[in-house]
Amino acid sequence: MSNTNKARRTPAETQAIVERSLRRRYWAERRFRMYGFAAVTAGMAFLVYLFFVIFSNGIGAFQQTQVRLSIYYDPQVIDPSGNRNPDDLQAADYQALIRAALKAKFPEVEGRAATRELTRLVSGSGAFDLQKRVTADPSVIDTTEVRWLLASDAVDLFMKGHIDRKLPEAERPIGDSQVGWIDKLRDEGALALKFNKTFVTGGDSREPENAGIWGAVVGSFYMLLLTLLLSFPIGVATAIYLEEFARRNRWTDLIEVNINNLAAVPSIVFGLLGLAVFIGFFGLPRSAPLVGAMVLTLLTLPTIIIASRAALKAVPPSIREAALGMGASKIQTVAHHVLPLAMPGMLTGTIIGMARALGESAPLLMIGMVAFIVDIPNGVTDAATALPVQVYLWSDSPERGFVEKTSGAIIVLLAFLVVMNTTAVILRKRFERRW
Amino acid sequence: MEAAELTGINLKPSMRTSEPGSLQEPTDASSRATVGNITVEDPIFSCRDVDVYYGSKHAIKKVGIDVGRKQVLAMIGPSGCGKSTFLRCLNRMNDTIEGARVEGSIMLDGKDIHDKKQDVVQLRARVGMVFQKPNPFPKSIYENVAYGPRIHGLAGDRVELDEIVHGSLQRAGLWEEVKDRLQAPGTSLSGGQQQRLCIARTIAVNPEVILMDEPCSALDPIATARIEDLMEELRESYAIVIVTHSMQQAARVSQRTAYFHLGDLIEVGETDRIFTNPRHKLTEDYITGRFG
Repeated sequence: MSNTNKARRTPAETQAIVERSLRRRYWAERRFRMYGFAAVTAGMAFLVYLFFVIFSNGIGAFQQTQVRLSIYYDPQVIDPSGNRNPDDLQAADYQALIRAALKAKFPEVEGRAATRELTRLVSGSGAFDLQKRVTADPSVIDTTEVRWLLASDAVDLFMKGHIDRKLPEAERPIGDSQVGWIDKLRDEGALALKFNKTFVTGGDSREPENAGIWGAVVGSFYMLLLTLLLSFPIGVATAIYLEEFARRNRWTDLIEVNINNLAAVPSIVFGLLGLAVFIGFFGLPRSAPLVGAMVLTLLTLPTIIIASRAALKAVPPSIREAALGMGASKIQTVAHHVLPLAMPGMLTGTIIGMARALGESAPLLMIGMVAFIVDIPNGVTDAATALPVQVYLWSDSPERGFVEKTSGAIIVLLAFLVVMNTTAVILRKRFERRW
Repeated sequence: MEAAELTGINLKPSMRTSEPGSLQEPTDASSRATVGNITVEDPIFSCRDVDVYYGSKHAIKKVGIDVGRKQVLAMIGPSGCGKSTFLRCLNRMNDTIEGARVEGSIMLDGKDIHDKKQDVVQLRARVGMVFQKPNPFPKSIYENVAYGPRIHGLAGDRVELDEIVHGSLQRAGLWEEVKDRLQAPGTSLSGGQQQRLCIARTIAVNPEVILMDEPCSALDPIATARIEDLMEELRESYAIVIVTHSMQQAARVSQRTAYFHLGDLIEVGETDRIFTNPRHKLTEDYITGRFG
C-alpha cells in the first residue's frame, strides 16, 4: 500500500522533496569548489614563497664586490729585461702590482702579516686579470691605470651583509683591520657592488667569486639541442609507424606496453645503461654532452611517443578518409594531413619531455658529467656539466659564497626553462589549426 | 495501394521504362535472392558474388550488381543493411579498415579492382568519393581543390592548376560564392558549401565514378536541393553511386535503385519501377514506410 502511495505523489510533494535534495546538491558543489580554491591558493602560496626565497638568495650572485685600484704597470716587476718577451710577460708576478697599489692606498700598513691581510681583500683572480691585460696590450707597461678588480669572497659576503660585523673577530672570516680598510674604501667609493660578469660568462671555479654558470649553460644547451634533434624525429616516426602503419597484433601490443613501462623507469637506470652501452661498449667520451644527450633521448622518447600517439589518435578519421578517397597514398595522407593536425599535440609532448630532460641530474652523474670542469665546452664531445648538476655541485660546496651561487644557478635554470618552453609554445601556436 | 502515392513521388512519364520481367509476380517474402535485373548495358562497374566480412561478421552476402555509365544508382535500405559497406568496396576504402575482407569480383571497365596489377591509389583517382559528413581538409578552399591534381601531377604549372580549381568549383556550383575568398579556410564555409567543396575536390581529379555516402544527411533542405541539382548535372559526365536514407532523394536523383536488407541485395531495378511496383515484400514494406 505504502508503495503505491509513494508513487502517486502530488506535484507539491514532489517539489518539496526536490527542494530538500537541492540544498544538499548545491552544498556538495560548493564544497568541491572550496577544496579546489583552497588547493590552488595553497599551491600558489608555496610557489610564491619558493620564488621569493630563490630570488632573494640568488639575486646576489649576479652582483659582485669590486675594488678600484690605480695600478702602476711597473716595468721592474713585469719585464725587468725590457725585451717584451711574451713568456716573461706571462710569468711575471702580477700579485706584486696589486700589493703595491694597495700599499700606496694604505701607506700605514707595515709588516708581512698585515700586508698579507691587506692583499687578501682582492681576489686571487685579480692577478690573472692584470696578466691578461698586459699580454693583450704590452704598451700599458710603465703607465698607471685605474682598474676595478674582483674583491675576495669574504669581502663580498661582508659587503652583501652576510657577515655580521658585531661578531667577535675570531668568529668572522675578516679581521678588524680588514673591516677598517673596507669601510675606508667604501667611503671613498673604491669598493662597490657591480654586475657580476664572471658569473654569467665564466666556467666553474673553486673560488666562489670566480665561479661562473656559463659552462653549465653551454653544456645544457648542447645536450638539449642534441636531445631534441634525436628524440623528436625518432619519437614522432615511432608514433606514426605504430599508430598509422603497424598492424595490431601481439607484437605491437607488447611494444606498446613496454613503451608505457619505460616512461616510468627511474632516470638513474637510464644513466647506468648509458654508462654501460655508450661509454663502456661504444667507447664514447665520458662527461660529454653527446653521451648525456643520448641518455636523455632514451629518457624522453617514451614521453614523446605516448603524447604523439595520443595526438595522432585525436585527428578525426574523416580527414584520413578524405585524403585516401582522393587517391593520396598512406604516407601522403599522413604527411600532408594527419601530421600537421597532430603537430601541436606532439610538440606539447616534446615540451614536457624536454623540460624533464633539462631538469635531470641523476643519469648525468652516472656518465661523469658531475666532474669539476672549468673550461667552457666547445663542442658536443668536450667534457661538460649541466645546469642541474652544477646546482648540485655548488650546493655541496662548503664555502659560504656558493650559497648564493646555488640560488643564482637555479634562477638561470628556471630562465632557461622559461625561454625553452616559450619557444615551444610559440612554435605550437604557429602549427595550430582548426578543423 | 500505390507506393508512389505514399512516398509522395511524382514520376515523370518519360522515366517510365519497361524492363524485362517487370510483369513477374511478386516473389516469396522470405527469399533473399536478388529480384530484378542487376545488369545494364556496357556497365562501368560490374560486381558479382561480393562478400564482405568484418572479422567474423558477414556484412555483405553474395551481392551482384552493375553500375551504368552516365546514370545515378541509388542504394537504399535500413541502417546497418550494408549499403555503405558495399559502396566502400567500389574504391577499396574497406582496405583501410583492419579486419575487413572483401571477396568476389568487382570489375571496373572489365578489370578486377582487386587484381594485383591494380594500384589502389590509381583506383581511387578513378573512383572518387564524397562522404556523409563534409570533411574538407583544414586548408584553404583553393588548396582543398588543388590537392588532388597536385598529388596526381595533373597540372603542369600554376596557370593550369588555377584553371582546374576554377573549373571544378564552377561545376560544383561553388565558384560564385567563394571566388573572392579562395584563400579562406575550407572549414569556414557552411555545411552545404563544404559538401560542394568536397564534390569539387573530387571532380578536380576527373574521376570516372563518384561514390556518395549519404552526402546530404548532415545538410538542410536547401543545401540538399543544391546538391541534388548538382548530381543531375554531374550525371552527364560521370557515373554516380549514392547511398541515401531518403527515399524521396533516391526517387528524385537516380535512374536505378537497389534495396539492401541486412547484407542482402533484395531488389534492383529502374527507380520508377521500384517505387511504383516493388516486387519483393521487403522492398514494398520499406518504401511504404512499414519499417526501416
